[in-house]
Amino acid sequence: MLKIAVMGGRETVMGFKALGLDVFPVEEAEAKETLRRLAHGADGSNYAIIYVEENLAAVLETEIDKYKDKITPAIILIPGKNGSLGLGQNALRAAVERAVGSDIL
Amino acid sequence: MASKVITPTRMVLNQHKKRLKTARKGHKLMKDKCDELMRQFMDIVRLNKELRLRVEEGLTAAFASQTVASAIMSPEMMEQALMYPRQSVQLEMKEKNVMSVMVPEYTFTTEGDDSGEIYPYGFTMTSGELDDALMKLNNVFQDMLKLAEIEKTTQLLAEEIEKTRRRVNALEYVMIPDLESTIKYITMKLEENDNATKVRLLKVKDMVLQKNYDYK
Repeated sequence: MLKIAVMGGRETVMGFKALGLDVFPVEEAEAKETLRRLAHGADGSNYAIIYVEENLAAVLETEIDKYKDKITPAIILIPGKNGSLGLGQNALRAAVERAVGSDIL
Repeated sequence: MASKVITPTRMVLNQHKKRLKTARKGHKLMKDKCDELMRQFMDIVRLNKELRLRVEEGLTAAFASQTVASAIMSPEMMEQALMYPRQSVQLEMKEKNVMSVMVPEYTFTTEGDDSGEIYPYGFTMTSGELDDALMKLNNVFQDMLKLAEIEKTTQLLAEEIEKTRRRVNALEYVMIPDLESTIKYITMKLEENDNATKVRLLKVKDMVLQKNYDYK
């Protein structure tokens, strides 16, 4: 059975816990290690979707790019507690640029 | 072009002609695929953009309520209230084929003792704002799931389009011109050989006539 993970600051992920998702409160330092573990399914878990708080995205860029062309897991950026940083939209824009060759959004 | 050594014979000419035909057919097919992928991609991108805006708005609102809640309640209380979820979310993934690109399709089921009830805590010790925050989060969750699906699809399609476009260009600007010029080279070489033989024969004929019959 597949599961959904949420990674981010403690405050951000707390609400998702109540919804029944698996949450992983992380600091920037350990984010990379956690994401790698989740995406690999090292501990027998099988995460199809991993929501990652935007302010961790800068640290995780290489890891996220690694899974971009694979069907699982889908790593999706969500805005954190302090509002949207626009990184999620940047990712979309990058995808368009990759496909079309120029930014048309 | 003709950097590699080509033996100008009819057999090689035929081979190249066959390859050119295949390359042209391949190019047309690839181009059609690329166009169709692009059309679908544009639809999905539009949807993606819309969903992303909606999710970001929804989450921001939910977090705002949560902030208010955390101002009223102590952090320990809040954590305690949220610690034991009532429901657990199970995700089901199917693979859908879009122009030979495999994209995910998610369906989720919640398991819990009471499906209409998302609040995992009693109401005595918690504030109404927390209920509000959770409700907003629950509402936006559907969209978040859809967003995951669409965003992954966008990424996968983008990759495929990039690949296909590269192939189209390689065929159009490298492979096909290369083959064409090779074919031209061989045809000309063959013609040249033909002419050379013809001239030689004429010359020999002249020489023979002159020697034997003193013909002018």
